[in-house]
Amino acid sequence: MELLMASGIGVMMAGGIYLVLRPRSFDVVLGLTLISYAVNLFIFSMGRLTIGAAPIVTEGHTDSLASMADPLPQALVLTAIVIGFAMTALLLVLAVRQHAAGDNDLIDAPAPRDADTPDGPPPP
Amino acid sequence: MNHAPIVPVILPALVAALMLIDRRIGSQRALAWLSVVLMAGCSAWMLVLAADGWRSVYLLGNWAAPWGIVLVADRLSVLMVALTSLLALITLASAQSGWDTRGEHFHPLLQIQLMGLNGAFLTGDLFNLFVFFEALLIASYGLLVHGDGSARIRAGLTTVALNLVGSALFLIGASLLYGVTGTLNFADLALRVSQLDGAGVTLAHTGALLLLTVFCLKAAILPLGFWLPGTYSPAGPAVGALFAVMTKVGIYAVLRLFTLVFGNSAGALAEVAFPWIVLPAAAGYLLAMICTLAGTDLRKLASMLVMASAAFLLIGIGRASETSIAAAVYYLPHTTLSAAALFLVAGLVARSRGERAGDILVAGPAPLSAALVGGLFFLTAMAVAGMPPLGGFIGKVMLLLSMLPDEGLPAAIGTIGWLWFIILAGSLFGLIALARAGSTLFWKSDGPSPADALTVGWREALPALIALAAIAGIAIGSAPLQRYAQATAQDLLQTDALIDEVLTTRPRPGPHQPSPQTFR
Repeated sequence: MELLMASGIGVMMAGGIYLVLRPRSFDVVLGLTLISYAVNLFIFSMGRLTIGAAPIVTEGHTDSLASMADPLPQALVLTAIVIGFAMTALLLVLAVRQHAAGDNDLIDAPAPRDADTPDGPPPP
Repeated sequence: MNHAPIVPVILPALVAALMLIDRRIGSQRALAWLSVVLMAGCSAWMLVLAADGWRSVYLLGNWAAPWGIVLVADRLSVLMVALTSLLALITLASAQSGWDTRGEHFHPLLQIQLMGLNGAFLTGDLFNLFVFFEALLIASYGLLVHGDGSARIRAGLTTVALNLVGSALFLIGASLLYGVTGTLNFADLALRVSQLDGAGVTLAHTGALLLLTVFCLKAAILPLGFWLPGTYSPAGPAVGALFAVMTKVGIYAVLRLFTLVFGNSAGALAEVAFPWIVLPAAAGYLLAMICTLAGTDLRKLASMLVMASAAFLLIGIGRASETSIAAAVYYLPHTTLSAAALFLVAGLVARSRGERAGDILVAGPAPLSAALVGGLFFLTAMAVAGMPPLGGFIGKVMLLLSMLPDEGLPAAIGTIGWLWFIILAGSLFGLIALARAGSTLFWKSDGPSPADALTVGWREALPALIALAAIAGIAIGSAPLQRYAQATAQDLLQTDALIDEVLTTRPRPGPHQPSPQTFR
């Protein structure tokens, strides 16, 4: 399970980093989503991986934590998911606005102070 | 229990929600003033108390640390909250002139931003710090793109993407620390980190340096700071003034985490961050100051100076001696306020020269109300450049003196001479850039004022005047502030009392008192 988890997180993170480095905002949004999935799984695994354990103290088991999953990372992941969701939504809005305003979705297109000149590749 | 520490966090959150019910600009303004004035009063009161050594551990939800989340108001956090409240007053006074009606929801966003800032300064919990970071960032994006303009949208997009990557690193670092220690409370982390051994040390070390990377990204330190000029310079003057404190959140987090958790008593992980800080900070300071010479308009210049001031503070923190941290704490309010004043003055200059010339540093039409705007610029430039008799000069001298070894100046040349050189040369570059900007804006004119140039009266100049009055106050009240900074530095380097207080504060007795001792 550890191997599966670790390689899954690794592959997702690698894909996310590749996409974030691409020049178009859609790819960047996808990349950031992948990165946040990887990070959420990572937080989750920091509470140690257990199978079939609930994060609840059950009757008669109050003397030991061995039968319990760690509840804190689950709460942290939930918070991280909500925040990541809000941020991604905001990023999408900004990306759509920029696309509508400038006819391109390049993330580092020339600064708009030069916007008086028509869009196009810079002169060689 | 003293409820003062929760007020600066919960008040803006409530007011922001109320503002959404009644969306008329008049009532939003009234609510905003109510919130900010109450916040300023509360933080001023805490500042007076903290000057006498008052410290408060506030248990949220009445659960004892480390099970519950705590707010900790000590000298450093109270100082930062007071500074934020002052900047909020200035921002509000400036936005009142019509900036807040250029788009929807300026005031609620401002309140959420204040909640995030104050929360980040007051929290005693690593994950809560993350949450407040995100709250203040998401509000700052809203404020950044407020009033529209494609430059702002573009700046917003880059900043959001960059900060999302930063948040991912923050979460990885924080959860690594949780994985090896099983806690997120700063005080509890400090105790547990010192007991780590073997692989735990390596993992905690990795987590600590990841967090340092994130904080340096927020503070815009050299290899991670290139986002700042593009983000800050398109922002409106009122927003730019508030943003002056945003990089200081990163500085605060470095100072808090790496003195409390990874401080001098952290065993194998003692002072892990400090060797990494000084060199990038010094290089960043010099580079930002050289960049000021190439600033094309006044707001770009101000953004570069914000970068330089964050780097300067980190030099002091990275030296990690009591005197150097005291110098940084003393310098922090002054540099934040003067950067805010410069953003406001840039707005006034743009107003008085008309749309076309704006605050671009080329000869243009003579500014209207040149005496008032020029006078404000002159005073602000003196404050930013660190000229005597203002606080910037005293702060810089404090930092330079703190590096002086006991053997005196000759021995210093070999060891820290380069740092002195960088600080003094950087300050000179900043001075030249500001002098050149001033003479271009006010002395070189090539024609009459255009029709859209507006006069600047005392009313428009009021926010900048408040900032300058506060800067003057820092210079006049230098001795008490120095004592406060000195005591703060002592607090930061001797953390036992704080850790003890956080972990021994007991919940108030109540009808449904939970007893965490059951789970051992």
